[in-house]
Amino acid sequence: MSTLHRIMRGHSAHRQLNLQQQRVRAATIFLLPMLIMLLCVAAWPLFRSISISFTDATADTLFNGQSQWVGFDNYLERHVRANGDVRWRGVLVDPDWWNAVWNTIRFSIVSVSLEACFGLLVALVLHQEFKGRGLVRAAILIPWAIPTVVSARMWGWMLNDQFGVINHMMLGLGLTDRPIAWTASSDTAMMAVLIVDVWKTTPFMALLILAGLQMIPRDMYEAAKLDGIHPVKVFFRVTLPMLKPALMVAIIFRALDALRIFDLVYLLTPQSDATVTMSVLSYRELQQFGDYAEGSAMSTILFLIITLFVLLYIKLGRVDLGGGAH
Amino acid sequence: MSHKIRKFTLKGTVPVAALLITTTTLGAADITYVSGATGAAVENFATLVAPWEELTGHTVTLVPMPSSTTDQFGQYRLWLAAGNGDVDLYQTDVIWAPQLADHFVDLSQAAGDLVKRHFPSIIESQTVDGHLVALPIYTDAPALYYRRDLLEKYGAAVPTTWEDLTTTAQMIQDAERADGQSDLWGFVWQGNAYEGLTCNALEWVKSSGGGQIIEADGTISINNPAAVAALDLAAQWPGTISPEGVLAYQEEEARGVWQTGNAVFMRNWPYAYGLGNGADSAVKGLFGVAPLPTGQGHDMSAATLGGWNVAVSKYSKHQDAAISLAVYLASEEAQKNRALNETSLPTIMSLYEDAEIAERQPIIPLWKDVFLQAVPRPSAPVRQDYNEVSTLFFSAVHSVLSGDEDAANALAELELDLEDMLED
Repeated sequence: MSTLHRIMRGHSAHRQLNLQQQRVRAATIFLLPMLIMLLCVAAWPLFRSISISFTDATADTLFNGQSQWVGFDNYLERHVRANGDVRWRGVLVDPDWWNAVWNTIRFSIVSVSLEACFGLLVALVLHQEFKGRGLVRAAILIPWAIPTVVSARMWGWMLNDQFGVINHMMLGLGLTDRPIAWTASSDTAMMAVLIVDVWKTTPFMALLILAGLQMIPRDMYEAAKLDGIHPVKVFFRVTLPMLKPALMVAIIFRALDALRIFDLVYLLTPQSDATVTMSVLSYRELQQFGDYAEGSAMSTILFLIITLFVLLYIKLGRVDLGGGAH
Repeated sequence: MSHKIRKFTLKGTVPVAALLITTTTLGAADITYVSGATGAAVENFATLVAPWEELTGHTVTLVPMPSSTTDQFGQYRLWLAAGNGDVDLYQTDVIWAPQLADHFVDLSQAAGDLVKRHFPSIIESQTVDGHLVALPIYTDAPALYYRRDLLEKYGAAVPTTWEDLTTTAQMIQDAERADGQSDLWGFVWQGNAYEGLTCNALEWVKSSGGGQIIEADGTISINNPAAVAALDLAAQWPGTISPEGVLAYQEEEARGVWQTGNAVFMRNWPYAYGLGNGADSAVKGLFGVAPLPTGQGHDMSAATLGGWNVAVSKYSKHQDAAISLAVYLASEEAQKNRALNETSLPTIMSLYEDAEIAERQPIIPLWKDVFLQAVPRPSAPVRQDYNEVSTLFFSAVHSVLSGDEDAANALAELELDLEDMLED
C-alpha cells in the first residue's frame, strides 16, 4: 500500500493531487447528491418550521405572505387584557403543553425500559440453540411488521369495554368483577398505550440485541465455563458489558421514536388529556386549529427537547456512534 | 394520448367526425369531487350523478376522504389555502361555511329559485356576509332511540326530560339485570373527547335553558347555573346508566352496544335507524325514535344541527361545470335519490310530504319534528376559531364527565379560556 502510494505520488506530484486528496474529492462528489437531497428534505423544512414559529401564520396566511414577524410571542408573550389584567401567554406557559411534555417523557421512560428488559429476555432465549429457532425468530417479528394504524385499531377493539376479548378473559379468570374501560378512563388510558407499544416494539429491541449477542466471541463463554463460573455471574460480567454498545444504540433508536410518538396515541385515545403527547398537541394546533405559528413553536421545542435528550444520553452513556473504537 | 390517436386515425377519412370529437373533448370537463366516505354514499354516487353526466357530457370523479370530519377539515383547509386547483367541488360540513367562506364561489345566482325550496335556517347557515358559499344536499339531526318492547314491559313512557330518562333507564337496567341480562345498559351516547361530545353536551345545556356556549351576537354564555346543572346530571351517567367506556365512544361504538340489544336508550343520528332495522340487527322492529328530552321545567328540546353541503372552489379550472353539478346535487331529484337510497334527510321542504319517500323510508317524515328544533353549533359567531372553541368545550365537558373536575369550576375556567382566546 505505502509503496504504491509513494510511486503514485512520485510519479504525478507535479500535475495531480495525491491519493488522499483524490479520495476526498471522489467522496465529496459521491456524497453531493445525498447532501443536496438531505438539504431539501430535512434542513429546509426544519428551517421553515422554525421560522414560521416566529410569525403569526395561520392556515389562511401561510401561503399568501400576509403573516407578520412576531418574535418570541408564540413562545412567551406578556398580554394586557382589556380590563388591565396582565396574563402571560404562549407555549411555554401553556399548562396543556407541559402536560403533554410530562406525558411524553413518562411514556418514553417507561416504554423504553420495559422494551429493553423484555427485548433482552427474548434475545437471550433466541440466542440459544433449539429446534425451529429460525421459525420462532421470524414469527416474533410479526407485531413489528404490522403497521401501527392497524395494530392500534386491533387493540382498540380488543380493549373495548363491551366487546373486548381482554375484558372477557379477565372476567373469565376472575381478575376483575366488571369490565375495565381501558381507553376511556384516564387512569388506564396511558397503561393501554404502553401495553400496545411494548407489544409492538419489543421484537425490534430483541432483534437489535440479538445482533449484539452474536457479536460476542464464543471463547469467552467457554473460558468462563472452564473456570466454573456461575451463569448469572457470566451474564453480568461478560454478556452485559460486551452487549452494552449494541444495547445503548438500540435504546437511543427507541427513545427517539418514543419521544415523537403520534400515531398510536392519536388512534387509541384521541384527545385524552391523560395520554396526549407533544406531537399530538402540535398536530392539533397545525391541522385542526390551523394555528401554524403556535404549532410550529411546539414542533421547534419538541425538536430541541429531543436533541437535548440525545446529547445528554450520548454524553452520559459514552455511546460511540462514530464507530471510532475499532 | 388517446385523444391524439383518435384524431390521427380519423384524419382525412371522416373530417367532420374528427372535428366533433375534438370539440366535445375540449368542452367536456372531468370534475373532481371530494367527500368523506360514510355509509352507502360512495356506492350510490355513480347512479346519483349519472343523469347529470348524461345531460351535460361532463364526468365526475369521486375522491373518498377519511370519515372523520376533523381530519377532512384540516386537509381541505390546507388545499384551499394553497390555492389547489385539482379539486373542483368540496362536500362540506354544516359548521365549516364561516371558516372556509373566502375560498368558495357565491352560488346564490346559480341556484336561483332552488334556494327558496330549502329550509331557510339551513340556507342561512351557509350564507356568509351575503354570499351563499355552499348548497345543502342533506341534513342531519340526532334523536332519542328507545326500546319499545322494554318500555312496554315495564309500563314506562318515552321520557321527555333528562331526569325522566335517568330514572327510567336506571329502573329498567336494574330490573333486567336482576333477570339475568347482565350486559344491559340504560343509555348510550357519544362521550369521547371529540366534535361529537360538543354536539351531545350542547343538547343537554341548550335544552336545560343554559344557552348555546357562544350566542349569535358573540357573547360567551356558557358559565351559568343551568349549564352547570345539566353537566352535573350528565356526569352521573357514566358508571350508572351508561358504561364507563362511554367516555371513549363515538357514534359507532354507541350503535354497537345498541344494535346488539344491550341498551334501553341511545342518542344517535338518523343513519342508525336503517342499520338498526337491518337483517343482522338484534333490535330489528323493536325500537322507536323520539325527539331528545329537555331539562326539567323546559319545553324546548334541542338537537344539534348536522348536515352536508357542496361548495365550489374558487381555484377550480372548470368552475361552470362544477357549479352546474353543485346545483344538481342540491336539487329535488338528487335529494330524493339520496333519501331513498341512503336514508339521508332532505333539505327541501316538499320532500317531507313525498309519498314515495314516506313509503320506502317512513323515518324521514318522522324526523321533520326533530329537525325543526335543531340548534346550530356556534360556528358563525367565532368563525376561524370554531375548532378551538369546540375543543376547549369538549375537553372541559370530558373532564367533568370523567370526574376530574366539578362542573362549576370547569365552566368558570372555560369562560376565562374562551374570553382569552376570542379577545385577539
